[in-house]
Amino acid sequence: MKVDHTEMSYQSEVRTLTVHLPSEVDHHTSKNLREQSEQFLDTFDIQRIVFDFSDTDFMDSSGIGILLGRYKRMKQAGGDVVVCGVNERINRILKMSGIYQIIPQMELKYQ
Amino acid sequence: MENNNQVQKPETMRLEMESYSHNEQFARVVTAVFLSRLDPTLEEMEDVKTAVSEAVTNAVIHGYEGGEGKIILEATLEDSAVTICIRDNGVGIADIHKAMEPLYTSKPSNERSGMGFSFMEAFMDSVTVESEPGKGTTVTMKKKIGR
Repeated sequence: MKVDHTEMSYQSEVRTLTVHLPSEVDHHTSKNLREQSEQFLDTFDIQRIVFDFSDTDFMDSSGIGILLGRYKRMKQAGGDVVVCGVNERINRILKMSGIYQIIPQMELKYQ
Repeated sequence: MENNNQVQKPETMRLEMESYSHNEQFARVVTAVFLSRLDPTLEEMEDVKTAVSEAVTNAVIHGYEGGEGKIILEATLEDSAVTICIRDNGVGIADIHKAMEPLYTSKPSNERSGMGFSFMEAFMDSVTVESEPGKGTTVTMKKKIGR
């Protein structure tokens, strides 16, 4: 099934914000992502953002901009950003962008 | 064996759409359906979709700066290659060379990565940009399918 919106959830015990990305991450679908995540970051003491690509099969450079933006904010706060659930195509895009140098992949620990 | 990566005669399609951001996806889908006539691999299909997405997004964000205008997408299938032309009548680009530099963005506050043209160049065989301030921008991209 197509997932057309972003869902965010905060796990207080690990101070982690998990961002479940939609099936297609482009300029249009990532428009509200920044505001939405900033609200969480302003409200909670977040140490890690996990971008979950499990439902995503398309992403262009707009998605890279979003990841970079969150990375900068988390770095200032002394936290980090990771990605998970990456398929072959998304992996290719992430590799090509060079973003793995600052945002590593993490294995999915939940289902 | 029959070569499926080829059309008998050149085919052209033209799509005119508003510069709304939801048309970024629309442009990708229409291009993918048209391109399917060349029987591309999944990877070739995704490459072309990504390149189209980048060019249409540029027209929406930079060409019309989020305002209204028309974006024209033209595609041609000839032999075993696709040519895609994406045109806007927006503000244009003063320094094309600079705009195409990896990581350069005129809108860093919008969290643009500056990788749009790099992605187009990586996923297509050739990318040509014609632009003039005040007269809009035309991006022409080509890719051979089934090499």
